[in-house]
Formats: sequence, structure tokens, C-alpha cells
Amino acid sequence: MMACEIRAQPFDPWQTLADYQGRLPPGQYGATSVFVGTMRNMNEQRSVQAMTLEHYPGMTEKHLNTICEEAGSRWQLLDCLIVHRTGEISVNDPIVLVAVWSAHRGGAIEACRFLIEELKHRAPFWKKERLSESEESRWVSGNSNYGDHA
Amino acid sequence: MAISVRYFATLREQLGRSEDRLETSGPVTAKAAWDQATDHQALPAQTLVAINMEYASRTDLVGDGDEVAFFPPVTGG
Repeated sequence: MMACEIRAQPFDPWQTLADYQGRLPPGQYGATSVFVGTMRNMNEQRSVQAMTLEHYPGMTEKHLNTICEEAGSRWQLLDCLIVHRTGEISVNDPIVLVAVWSAHRGGAIEACRFLIEELKHRAPFWKKERLSESEESRWVSGNSNYGDHA
Repeated sequence: MAISVRYFATLREQLGRSEDRLETSGPVTAKAAWDQATDHQALPAQTLVAINMEYASRTDLVGDGDEVAFFPPVTGG
């Protein structure tokens, strides 16, 4: 139960989701909750054209697995999936897919939120943006808390 | 004792390398490993530390065969 993948190449989260769900035992899950994070063309008042995502191989996978295990111990889940990009990323590219399957919606929705929040604060990834108006690059300094941009 | 010291993101760029190999006479704190590996360069206040891929503090000890990593706050997702 659960899979965590790092992808160095662009991926289609909806196809990935369909493929993964197609392998789950039919009839057992009544709820699927999904989060997809996509690269914007704007961040902190600056126009952004692309970015590079660096990670700590080994530690990243370890912590994604730990986060999934924690979710599995807090909610009754049938399965969960995390897919995260690394490398060169263009505007509008999907960055992260989080999906949770459970019998009922409460666990699925809460666990999906938990997984993306924990990922953002614990998994060792770092974004470096290339700005549009210049050749300037900058490291993203930190992730905001849930609700900061509501 | 052989200790692997790794750097990511801003720290990797500032130091101009991603890894150092340290030889110490015994276990040292993560901060002492940083000081020895970087010739006492300033360690930015927000820097996170991991020992053998688990989050740790600057005062935790690293010993033979351990890997200690230094990196800025994470920004995935």
C-alpha cells in the first residue's frame, strides 16, 4: 500500500493516476482525493519562466515513504501515491501529484492535505527559479503555510 | 574516522562543491564537521542538518561512516 516516485522527466498526473488506480482492487475504495501542484508563471511579484528542482536522493524517498506511513497510521487508507518532479521544469508543468484512496471521503481528503503539507515542510527538495525579464535566477526561500494565500 | 559531508542548493553553490570527506580522530558534532570541512565558513542561521538522512541538530554527533548534510529550508511541492 503506497508508492512514492521521483521523476526527472515531465509526466501527466492524470494518466499516472488512471494507470495507478487501474491496478487497485475494484469495489474497495469509495473515495479518491487528489492534489496536483503545477508550476505558475509568477512568484513573489516576479514573472518566472522556468525552474530547476534539486533534491537529496535517498533522503527524499525515505521521507516521502515515512509521510505515507504516518498518514496510513492516522487514517484508514487503502492506498496512497506521491509522484514528484526533479530537474528542469517549465511553466505549466505538473510538479507534484498526491492521491489517496480510502473507503470514505473523510480520511481520503484529510490524508491528502496532510501528505502535501508534510511533503512541503519535510521532503528535501529545493526550487531555483529563472526570472522572465532577465537571465537572473533565484532560490525560492521557503514554503508558505496552508492558507497563507487564501 | 571517515565522515561524508554533503551540501545542497544554496550551500552547494556558495561552497562550489557538493561533498567533502573528513577524517577525524573521533565523533564530532555536526557543527564541528561543518567547521572542519568548510574551514569555518559561516553556517547560515536557517540551515537544516541531516545525519544519515534523518533530520538532526547541529549538536548531534557524527562518527565513522556517517553522512551529515547541510541545506536550506525545503521548498518542494
